[in-house]
Amino acid sequence: MQMMNMDPIAAPKSELAVEHEPPHERHSHRAPKLSASTPEQTLGEIHAADAAIVSRTVSVYYGTKRALYDVSLDIGRNEVIALIGPSGCGKSTYLRCLNRMNDTIEGCRVTGDIFIDDQNIRAPDLDVVQLRARVGMVFQKPNPFPKSIYDNVAYGPRIHGLVRTKSETDELVERSLTRAGLFDEVKDRLLAPGTGLSGGQQQRLCIARAIAVEPEVILMDEPCSALDPIATAKVEQLIDDLRANYTIAIVTHSMQQAARVSQRTAYFHLGRLVEVGPTREIFKNPVHQLTVDYITGRFG
Amino acid sequence: MSTVQGRAGHTVRQFDTELEDLRGLVLKMGKLVTQQIRDALDGLLDDKVALAKMVQRREDWVDAMEVEADDRIVDLLVKRQPVGPDLRAILSLGKSVRDLERMGDEAERIARAALDTHERNPGFKPSSELLRDVETMGALAIELVQGSLTALTQLDIDEALEVTRRDDELDGNFRSALRRLATFIMEDSRTVGNVIASTFVLKSLERIGDHATNIAEHVIYLIRGKDVRHLGSSDEIEKALNRHEP
Repeated sequence: MQMMNMDPIAAPKSELAVEHEPPHERHSHRAPKLSASTPEQTLGEIHAADAAIVSRTVSVYYGTKRALYDVSLDIGRNEVIALIGPSGCGKSTYLRCLNRMNDTIEGCRVTGDIFIDDQNIRAPDLDVVQLRARVGMVFQKPNPFPKSIYDNVAYGPRIHGLVRTKSETDELVERSLTRAGLFDEVKDRLLAPGTGLSGGQQQRLCIARAIAVEPEVILMDEPCSALDPIATAKVEQLIDDLRANYTIAIVTHSMQQAARVSQRTAYFHLGRLVEVGPTREIFKNPVHQLTVDYITGRFG
Repeated sequence: MSTVQGRAGHTVRQFDTELEDLRGLVLKMGKLVTQQIRDALDGLLDDKVALAKMVQRREDWVDAMEVEADDRIVDLLVKRQPVGPDLRAILSLGKSVRDLERMGDEAERIARAALDTHERNPGFKPSSELLRDVETMGALAIELVQGSLTALTQLDIDEALEVTRRDDELDGNFRSALRRLATFIMEDSRTVGNVIASTFVLKSLERIGDHATNIAEHVIYLIRGKDVRHLGSSDEIEKALNRHEP
């Protein structure tokens, strides 16, 4: 399938729904009233200069119910993109498309194309186990395996054949736990059960587990919802540290968190991608009325 | 790039109330400051000592309103963590309060000049020729202040741009007034005391115009999310608004 031109300079002007007024007349600068209904096309720049993930016209159906309408979006390499929107807006559904977790849901059908580094992951013969190593996921409720801390991290690399010897495994476990900001706290009890850690530590263990299989992308679905402010702050700091090596997409209900951790923010509403843009623009100066209403707390 | 304002109310209605109260306070402060400027000018032009003294006393009210407004803004930031147009509105109102307080200071200076002029020329009004520029610039300055307050309360960007244009006019008036006043001294050196006082008053009016322009610029930021401060003339501001960059 021909991949769409990803050159942001050549982005079709129809992506931007704002009318341009002729500059040479002296006239009212009053802003045109934008409609309050979901736009036909996403506002803002969907393209990224160096895209790790390219989605084009992705739709999702749960049985006959349509949950996602033709979402096209690039996720830039080594960026953190926040997906925000009210419950049921499709952001988690979209996230789950990126590592084909929707395959595990009975009656769920996905259409459209998703490319990760030029490979269309929607291909029916794709190795999804391999995909889910490349594109890791961290969930809202920390879900460590009922194994030791060590085995939680080592399990994935072992079954993917990434390590052969014990010393390689030791090294990988230490490296992953260090990168997840957890090693110092657990280095003296690596054989203790993962479930014995605090909520925040469990979540960081899950992150360590995800990065142990050397992903390119880490998907996070409300990773801090179950955590206290201190654990949340540690995870947010971690997200910033991880950005150097990974691309991260994070679904969050907290506007402030989205503003803090991400470089780009995408706002979903009723299954459509309404607006996407640099995070500081979305929170300072959003374009669509729906975006304004959501971020400012005007829920009707 | 156009922006939209928050339209229907916040789901947490208290937020709406707090914003409305802040806007109301700023408007009240604006009306008081406008009255201060008017009264100070009347005190000077018509030698009304009592009026000038009242302006001096009321200056405390202006300062108190600034403190109150700033306090409410901190509360809003803490409680509501505003974003988007709410954030721009709160920041713009805060900056406008600052400019209004400064205008109040200028009005107080004009009132003081009125009292000094009265003492320097007991039983004898300084020539209306000398004060002619004060009268015309004073009228224009008050128009600018009112325009800026209209722009702020009605969220009227055209009104804001008009203020920036007319401030250019006020600055022009100031420069020609200075030239006229110089000739006064050259013709009769005994007028130097009154001319210097007049010059300071004109400077205050010129500053009031600048503060009105600042408020207009805050309004533009509030509405369009574009910072047009320090661009120079009103033409430059308009050009910047017509460009469609962030």
